[in-house]
Amino acid sequence: MSDISEQQPSFLTRLRDSDLWWSFIHSPGAIIASVLTIVIVAGALFAGLVAPHNPFDLATVDLFDALLPPAWEAEGNSSYLLGTDDQGRDVFSTILYGSRISLIVGFASVALAAVIGITVGLIAGYSGGLLDSFLMRVADIQLSFPAILIALLIDGVARGILPRDAHDEVAVYVLVVAIGLSFWVQYARTVRSSVMVERNKEYVQAGQVIGLPNWIILVRHILPNVLGPVLVIATIQLALAIITEATLSFLGVGVPPTSPSLGTLIRIGNDYLFSGEWWITIFPGVALVVLVLSVNILGDWLRDALNPKLR
Amino acid sequence: MFKFVSMRLLQSIIVMLVVGLIAFGLFRFVGDPVNNMVGQDTTLEEREALTESLGLNDPFVVQYGRFVAKAVQGDFGMSYRLRQPVSDLIAERFPATLELSLVSAFLALLLGVPMGIYTALKPKSLFSRGFMTLSLMGVSLPTFLIGILLILFFGVSLRWLPTFGRGEVVELGWWSSGFFTASGLKSLIMPAITLAIFQMTLIVRLVRAEMLEVLRTDYIKFAHARGLSPRLINFSIALRNTLVPVITIIGLQVGSIIAFAIITESVFQWPGMGLLFIQAVSEVDIPVMAAYLLLIAFVFVVINLIVDILYFVVDPRLRVQS
Repeated sequence: MSDISEQQPSFLTRLRDSDLWWSFIHSPGAIIASVLTIVIVAGALFAGLVAPHNPFDLATVDLFDALLPPAWEAEGNSSYLLGTDDQGRDVFSTILYGSRISLIVGFASVALAAVIGITVGLIAGYSGGLLDSFLMRVADIQLSFPAILIALLIDGVARGILPRDAHDEVAVYVLVVAIGLSFWVQYARTVRSSVMVERNKEYVQAGQVIGLPNWIILVRHILPNVLGPVLVIATIQLALAIITEATLSFLGVGVPPTSPSLGTLIRIGNDYLFSGEWWITIFPGVALVVLVLSVNILGDWLRDALNPKLR
Repeated sequence: MFKFVSMRLLQSIIVMLVVGLIAFGLFRFVGDPVNNMVGQDTTLEEREALTESLGLNDPFVVQYGRFVAKAVQGDFGMSYRLRQPVSDLIAERFPATLELSLVSAFLALLLGVPMGIYTALKPKSLFSRGFMTLSLMGVSLPTFLIGILLILFFGVSLRWLPTFGRGEVVELGWWSSGFFTASGLKSLIMPAITLAIFQMTLIVRLVRAEMLEVLRTDYIKFAHARGLSPRLINFSIALRNTLVPVITIIGLQVGSIIAFAIITESVFQWPGMGLLFIQAVSEVDIPVMAAYLLLIAFVFVVINLIVDILYFVVDPRLRVQS
């Protein structure tokens, strides 16, 4: 390792000298947003260690502790910082476990959408002609339908095809596929337009002349040159995917209450809103908004930082 | 002109046929239609007879043709869940969704366009920064959470506004309207605001971006050089050029208003098409899902067609090309 770093600057030095890093440390919004994101991601990742209670271990959940208000209110219990829900589960702990599911679904569906979108974009942009116009027509039609509607339809179809009791177990996968399939168009369009510029450059022609197969040119040589904008789209879409997951779960077609995401938690709490137990809904809601807002701010910053026009 | 419009019309019909194919595929292959119509104790012979009488043994193309022919006449079959004709259900729910969508689109435009213009003209002012922060928050706040917060504040704490339903409605022929009663109007306030906020944030960002673009152009510089008053330049020249693309995109946003109406209607138990659709999804009521899909596609295609024709009327360059 050491002799490599002597020959060329290490990753950390390169990062420290980069424009991206300079722009990052001069943008307070981006710093705060990334700290918040890291805190939430870490809390979700290590939920088992951080959470004061295990809300899904039935042995530790006590129905007598149900519907307790937050610790600072008169009837609150100091061991339940943000209160408890209708089944006596600690709200703070369910939020930690819930954001884990929200983040898993968010990341996985963005990854799926990116893989589909980048593949379609590469093929459409490189091949051109009839295949290109066919793929882009499909993209146009899909883009005119709102993503949430498509995700709902896919979810409904999955419910029809799968047996009823199996649905709860595969709900997370269904959500990932539904959101992933409704978000791929943005990537495809962006990658396609970059590929159309790249494919006429000399390094691509050189590859063609020495007889490289098309897929090697695409994957090894063109792909790395079109990934910049993809990163920006992925960040902004991560926020959108988390919102979409929460919305679907809130509407009752997402993850089941036995392993709730933030959206499911808000849905559960919504039933208790009218009887005054506001904390069951509001705290998961705040967690969701802070997460989405942070990711959105990071996405905005990344878009400006990577955009050469604004330098 | 005629050639252009007929080409567009042909494209629209192809899109509708493709969406129809998806809708029919849903109906035919997701779950067994016969199973969904009969009870547990129906004999195998009766099932066979029903399958035959529904024409489910015919070739796929024949079935699809029949489906399209019926759909054109507004016949989408029976709802599995409610045992009523789907077209009746939709006709009953349609006015509620349309009134909600129109009011919130109007609200979003009324607030969003001036805010967008202001933030473009005075980008450094305190208000502009406030508006932009608000719009970032509007993008990050999920629609259903806005609804819940409004319910908690105005419905549960202050008890000013009803938290669910449409209130009293007045029947005007087959149209049921909530515009003419006090309780109907009161019930409309919170759902309309909820639905409008997301659209408004989009409009603010869009108008701002377009306006900034226009303000950089040469003809605006020239107008300044001629010594025209800033008010005239901003509102008479720049704004007019800003609004053409804005109107197009807002027209196309109607689709997203309908989609977000699903969420809003679910939060406020608003008896519209979105609530019907979400119940259909969770109960796998395929005929309702198929009909809703076709209806949304139809609305989208019609709006697209109108926008295209408007472009043709507004932009003389298109006429020369064809």
